[in-house]
Amino acid sequence: MAANKEMRSVYTETLIELAEKNNNIVVLEADLMKSQGTVKFMEKFPERTFNIGVAEANMVGIAAGLSALGKIPFAATFGCFAGRRVYDQFFISANYAKLNVKLVGSDPGVAAAYNGGTHMPFEDLGIMRNIPKCTVLEACDQVSLRKLMIKSAEHYGSVYMRLHRKPVEPVYPENEEFELGKGKVLKDGSDITIIANGAIMVHEALAAEALLQKEGIRAAIIDMHTIKPIDKDLIIRYAKKTKALITCENHQVVNGLGSAVAEVLSENIPTLMARLGINDEFGEVGTQEFLQKRFGLTGIAIAEKATELLKRKI
Amino acid sequence: MITEQELKQLSAKARDIRILTIDAIGFLGVGHIGGAMSLIEILTMLYYRHMKVDPKNPKMRDRDMLVISKGHAGPALYSILADKDFFPKDWLHTLNQGGTRLPSHCDKNLTPGVDMSTGSLGQGISSAIGLALANRLDKINSKVYLIIGDGESNEGQIWEGAMAASQFKLNNLIAFTDYNKMQLDGYIHDVMNIEDINAKWVSFGWFVQRVNGHDMFELDMAIERAKREQYRPSMIIADTIKGKGCFFAERDLSNHNMSFTYEKAQEAISRLK
Ligand SMILES: Cc1ncc(C[n+]2csc(CCOP(=O)(O)OP(=O)(O)O)c2C)c(N)n1
Ligand SMILES: [Mg+2]
Repeated sequence: MAANKEMRSVYTETLIELAEKNNNIVVLEADLMKSQGTVKFMEKFPERTFNIGVAEANMVGIAAGLSALGKIPFAATFGCFAGRRVYDQFFISANYAKLNVKLVGSDPGVAAAYNGGTHMPFEDLGIMRNIPKCTVLEACDQVSLRKLMIKSAEHYGSVYMRLHRKPVEPVYPENEEFELGKGKVLKDGSDITIIANGAIMVHEALAAEALLQKEGIRAAIIDMHTIKPIDKDLIIRYAKKTKALITCENHQVVNGLGSAVAEVLSENIPTLMARLGINDEFGEVGTQEFLQKRFGLTGIAIAEKATELLKRKI
Repeated sequence: MITEQELKQLSAKARDIRILTIDAIGFLGVGHIGGAMSLIEILTMLYYRHMKVDPKNPKMRDRDMLVISKGHAGPALYSILADKDFFPKDWLHTLNQGGTRLPSHCDKNLTPGVDMSTGSLGQGISSAIGLALANRLDKINSKVYLIIGDGESNEGQIWEGAMAASQFKLNNLIAFTDYNKMQLDGYIHDVMNIEDINAKWVSFGWFVQRVNGHDMFELDMAIERAKREQYRPSMIIADTIKGKGCFFAERDLSNHNMSFTYEKAQEAISRLK
């Protein structure tokens, strides 16, 4: 795989790969096909592609109907709309009806950059996590995206997946295998555990690990690609091992990854922890780089938070 | 009736606003050029002939208000607000940059003169209805103007609003459809057709007029008539051209959100002069 490939190309290629093997795979879009890059899918499978226009709620309802008769719909829009604008349709028509809709929300958090505050989802994972039985995912690189999409297609049940469209540095080797609900240990360590999800934060967590290593701090890094169901065993194992944890998310700290980890810890093994993410703020316009600094979503900020936390560790 | 002289002045103003907008987007290097260019004449006609606004008192209670429901056209409005001294002109070069007060999508809390925050398509019609109802309650005799996109008209909320404005007999609401025939993924009729658009609005109980959205005279006449309407909300369906006046963007199917250099922007500007 070419390094730093656009994630959206992987999204479309994987849809084509899935559709070649399974006639039931269908793709729905809401006038963002050019942005998501699924035009290539449409060229290959025109009869299995539905552009619903700027009508996200309609798209999700249609996807639910398609899935009731055995189709496996991947329906995509920006994450802000996939979360806020179609929540009731996804909740009722897809999840409550126990159907099989794969809803994809692109441009997670600060990745929405120039589209600004209205387009910046800091809450999508949180609200999706509140839907009973819904699987909630965010891949951090090309390999994990492809493998998690394949697993999602095999899994019966609705899934919400965040999609980072831009190029990212690969994290995993091509042959890495994934399971829904099973986090990945990217680096082992004994002083502190850093749990992150998504392309931006997993890469920043890895950068933080390098910074901490210079200070003699051995940090374990976990890619928690599935935040629901959350990998309880892995969290407990690393709580026992490192006795301090930090979560890092491109999302509100409320009800996202930080909350999910805190729930596991406080009920099973109360452990020193800190959550890094968005603290009760709306998004803003700017470059992704500017916004990462503005909201403290950087490797430096993670390393600082880790150092602070370690001062409290006895 | 509008004079030849006034029409000439308004056309010249529209050209200036177009130039400022191309310059601002070009300075950043990327932006929603297509949908900004298509409504320049509508905005110019509103702000330089019809709307009662006061740059020194942007929140004046009895001002006329505008909701740009297709919030991605914010940069076109910013050029007008800057030209009218709602804020310094040099703000235009901060468009979309971190910390700016001129974000890609209209934001009522950041930009003086912007009446409603928009960006999630379909929502502006409902907030415009709310403004119009509040004006009626407060016996304020001003107008609420609304601009929606043709692609935006795919949204169900547009038609919920269409029903409600008619139910409430909101003759103080004057809406435009920027009918540039294109949405993000292509031509409207290829993606999600909205025809028969005249018949749709008529059947929802609106006073419907059809104009060339780049013709100052037609726009003025239609707005005058809409202002005189006694019972119904008004829909002015404006046939426009996406990217109008910006040579490299005009009618280009990928003109929704384009990257272009500042040099290219200057070339487009020199062709307008
Ligand atoms: C609810 C919602 N869905 C999707 C988008 C992304 N989007 C922004 S503009 C656009 C196309 C709009 O087409 P149209 O209304 O015709 O705008 P114009 O041609 O005037 O630019 C889309 C899909 C959005 N901003 N809001
Ligand atoms: Mg349009």
